[in-house]
Amino acid sequence: MYTAIVFLPLLGFLIAGIFGRQIGARASEIVTTSLMFVAALLSWIVFFQVGYGKSTLIVPVLADWIVSGGLKIEWALRIDTLTAVMLVVVNTVSALVHLYSIGYMHEDPARQRFFAYLSLFTFAMLMLVTADNLVQMFFGWEGVGLASYLLIGFWYEKPSANAAAIKAFVVNRVGDFGFALGIFFLFALTGSVAFDQIFAAAPGLAAKPIHVFGMNVDALTITCLLLFMGAMGKSAQFLLHTWLPDAMEGPTPVSALIHAATMVTAGVFMVARLSPVFEQAPMALSVVVVFGATTAFFAATVGLVQNDIKRVIAYSTCSQLGYMFVALGLGGYSLAIFHLFTHAFFKALLFLGAGSVIHAMHHEQDMRKMGGLHKHIPITFWMMTIGTFALTGLPLMAGFFSKDAIIEAAFASQRPGAIYAFLLIVIAAGLTSFYSWRLVFMTFFGKPRWQEEAHAGHDAHGHNDHAHAAHGHDDHAHSHGHGPLVPHESPAVMLIPLYVLAAGAIFAGLLFKDQFIGYSADGFWKQSLYYAPTNTILTDFHNVPGIVALLATIMMSIGFVVSMYMYIFSPQTPVRLAQRHGLIYRFLLNKWYFDEIYNFLFVRPAFWLGRLFWKSGDGRIIDGLGPDGVSARVIDVAGRVVRLQTGYVYHYAFTMLIGVAALITWYLLGGVK
Amino acid sequence: MFGFGILTGLVVLPLVGAAFILLQPGKDEASVRNVRWAALFTTLITFALSLFAWGQFDIGNPGFQLVEQKAWMGSGLSYKLGVDGISMPFVLLTTFLMPFCIAASWDSITTRVKEYMIAFLVLETMMIGVFCALDMVLFYVFFEGGLIPMFLIIGIWGGKRRIYASFKFFLYTLVGSLLMLLAMMAMWGVTGTTDIVQLLNTSFPSSMQKWLWLAFFASFAVKMPMWPVHTWLPDAHVEAPTAGSVILAGVLLKMGGYGFLRFSLPMFPEASQYFAPLVMTLSVIAIVYTSLVALVQEDMKKLIAYSSVAHMGFVTMGLFSMNTQGVQGAVFQMVSHGLVSGALFLCVGVVYDRLHTREISAYGGIVKTMPLYAVAFMVFTMANVGLPGTSGFVGEFLTLIGAFVYNPWVALVATTGVILSAAYALFLYRRVVFGPLEKPALAGLKDLTPREIALLAPLAALVIWYGVQPGAILNACAASVQLLIKNYEAALAVTKTAALALY
Repeated sequence: MYTAIVFLPLLGFLIAGIFGRQIGARASEIVTTSLMFVAALLSWIVFFQVGYGKSTLIVPVLADWIVSGGLKIEWALRIDTLTAVMLVVVNTVSALVHLYSIGYMHEDPARQRFFAYLSLFTFAMLMLVTADNLVQMFFGWEGVGLASYLLIGFWYEKPSANAAAIKAFVVNRVGDFGFALGIFFLFALTGSVAFDQIFAAAPGLAAKPIHVFGMNVDALTITCLLLFMGAMGKSAQFLLHTWLPDAMEGPTPVSALIHAATMVTAGVFMVARLSPVFEQAPMALSVVVVFGATTAFFAATVGLVQNDIKRVIAYSTCSQLGYMFVALGLGGYSLAIFHLFTHAFFKALLFLGAGSVIHAMHHEQDMRKMGGLHKHIPITFWMMTIGTFALTGLPLMAGFFSKDAIIEAAFASQRPGAIYAFLLIVIAAGLTSFYSWRLVFMTFFGKPRWQEEAHAGHDAHGHNDHAHAAHGHDDHAHSHGHGPLVPHESPAVMLIPLYVLAAGAIFAGLLFKDQFIGYSADGFWKQSLYYAPTNTILTDFHNVPGIVALLATIMMSIGFVVSMYMYIFSPQTPVRLAQRHGLIYRFLLNKWYFDEIYNFLFVRPAFWLGRLFWKSGDGRIIDGLGPDGVSARVIDVAGRVVRLQTGYVYHYAFTMLIGVAALITWYLLGGVK
Repeated sequence: MFGFGILTGLVVLPLVGAAFILLQPGKDEASVRNVRWAALFTTLITFALSLFAWGQFDIGNPGFQLVEQKAWMGSGLSYKLGVDGISMPFVLLTTFLMPFCIAASWDSITTRVKEYMIAFLVLETMMIGVFCALDMVLFYVFFEGGLIPMFLIIGIWGGKRRIYASFKFFLYTLVGSLLMLLAMMAMWGVTGTTDIVQLLNTSFPSSMQKWLWLAFFASFAVKMPMWPVHTWLPDAHVEAPTAGSVILAGVLLKMGGYGFLRFSLPMFPEASQYFAPLVMTLSVIAIVYTSLVALVQEDMKKLIAYSSVAHMGFVTMGLFSMNTQGVQGAVFQMVSHGLVSGALFLCVGVVYDRLHTREISAYGGIVKTMPLYAVAFMVFTMANVGLPGTSGFVGEFLTLIGAFVYNPWVALVATTGVILSAAYALFLYRRVVFGPLEKPALAGLKDLTPREIALLAPLAALVIWYGVQPGAILNACAASVQLLIKNYEAALAVTKTAALALY
């Protein structure tokens, strides 16, 4: 059964990928989607079996993968509660996204390819979460990177989509650079890359110094920091986040599956999986806290001013991932996974809801051209509202339990950096509420702005925003007439996934909070997460002052009220604010200028260096001094030698005479000696 | 087989095919077709025979197998062939790639087909000979002999600047080889034998080791090619016909790495250890430098050529880290690179045959007209990038682990190559395959023909198969690599105790 869960999506990929053209689009859709539903069903069974009973279980797949000297890497599935939770998240969302895509992509001519990629992605993600060793995890890690690359660039005719795809892959590779080095470190330290051996060796390595890169450092700290670098890339944390907003170039179901619910949480999963190692490196955990908090805050500020509906949600995802990393850094691994779990439901809901809006608006993504839609697409509206409630943390909804727990944990924790994190994530909670409601109000309320503006082209708006924002439209599907725009509700095949996810967004927190972070947590997680004996965060966060527990709810309300004021009652306020504080506005709108800075620091120098090495290094220096230089000299010398051959006999005679004279002189001199 | 073993069969078979082709008139269409089929059959039979040899090969035995020896010229030299776990994979790689080269030239070579096929078959003999030779002089003859057909292939069937490229190729490699020849003479002077097996058991005095090592290095570094003597490769690749590029990247480059494994490391362990930092430095420079250069190339073949240099950097890095992971990774990386870069050059050849240009800017959006091609190209691009699940990953990962154990700095710098390779490879793919199909010349492109599918499909399958099950290659070389490392460490230990005894 475990093998089936992992390999059914691969089967779907192979069928749709290889025979897609023969069996047609509809058959590909049905095959992949039904295989996914089977896998999802099986993963729920596993979830209840493992979560409420069995302990860790290793299912061998193939005996050996890479065997070289002391390095042994096998293919095996590691099934424990942590994996089971991820299986449920991945397969449920994936199955729903498959279903949804049948409706969303129904006009696309290359649907087979789309569904094949989706299934490929799911397979890679499952390999990642079931990995039994670091290299197998790396296999899934890179596999999801590939699938993400393919799906972001799915509409390959759009230059912006291609650029975004490459950016996603390369920025992730920067993270992988750290991940790979982290694996090397662990191998050098423990002699193995298998989790069991590493976990067994980790306590013995705590606080051991290592001399590396010319300095003495704590071995596990540097290892964990490198591994975290990998997590930062995949989970779009501050400094390596730039790819995620651009990834919205992909079709919306992709954003829901990959860039909200599953792939971007791989980093969180990785840290949780390696909790026995991270627990021994408190310094590294502090860094994780700081990065997580910074991301949560930074992304929330940028989310405030974005106009593209998907980008707002993308930044929101980025920000929520920051929360998860704060939880991980505090040592509250189950808090992080709980937030990951609930987040998957409501963020996928928001993305698919946004997709439904975009579908209704004939692939318009700019919220400035929406408004007043709640009358036209009421179901979508309600679903989005549920998602927003869950995200912002309305009491008893999913986000309320998971997010508030993280805020409380940040308050309760003694770890260096926790105060900083607490402040930032509390502010971010307010910002989250503001931008989420801003999205709802701009899209569904106010005057409809699409009648006069629809399809008038994007350039009419004097947008000083980054060029990408204007390109971020799913404009592949303009084939279907340019008649007067009438927003239409999406078909049932798209709405059913919304219902299911909405149910998750409402109930996931309430139903599972005891198991994930409450008093039954120990029996639920068993050995899958490791807590050092000194780590009491899971009990501490229950005992924070009441005002702290309320703080998140207060921030949420403030955000809601401000947003309501600015986007319902007084729509000119934001405009005025933007004008008065133009500098800040532009700073936020341009995402803190990260793209520009990176472009200046890395991309252009790389090309410049490449050209320098090529033309000057290879061309002028190596070839110039080497073969070309030598041959030029040879020709040179030969040319001069040729000039000596004048053909005049007296020249030769004269030369001979000089030669004879020189020879005799030399002989005589030699004879004297 | 007439008193000769399988290996002689492997070496001679291509020559027999060449002789047969020589007898063909090669003028009219029918006889040209015969020539093509004869060449293809020859290479296929050779491949089958090498599989038979593989069947006879015992992977548990670290020593030389299938050995055959005949006195030669009555001068102490001998005709001695044999394979061990290190050379066997290369023999198979050579015989496996040859039919692809012949088939890749099926339609694209129309002038002097007869001579072309003969050149390729002679080249195959030379390449197999290099990997099988157990006599130093014999090795040298094959090693140098391979230059001539390759020189002709580039110089006659190449592109516009073929003369420049072929001379550059020839001079570069010849200069290195001459030094190697001097070193071989010196070795013969000391030991009185040219038998590689005996030489492997000889320990040369340390001062001499360094000179010998440098002389061999001059030859192998050019062949690899290592930075900064790599500049012949891009030119040679660009000008060579597709099949020439395939064999150049697939097999000829591996002779350098094989040479390190056969001569430098086991025969001069002290010098190898002494010079390892130099090799490591050059390797990581190669990885970063050539990856950056690859990023800005405008010619598809040149880009892949530069990426080859970067990948060979991983090989030398792995070899000189001298641990099991590093060396096995290097062997694997060489075989994998032979498949992947060969396939990539075939991919370039496919579009070159249609448009007769390798300029990247001349393409764009061809996924629309050539979807199958796009898939194949994607598989090989990903293998080139080293995606886990493709063979490219295993070699890269093992060599990096080996290098990390040797010195973390080396691994740190080399791992940046992982980022850069993704950048240049995907950038190439995007410019060629993705984007809107706007150029009129591209509109009517035909997708892969059955012949081209037959060329690319087996390679794609192998690339993925070895990515998931690399054991076939790793196990083949495991015993020999273990022995190599054991002897290497023993040799170093001896000198260390000797040094201690002096004080």
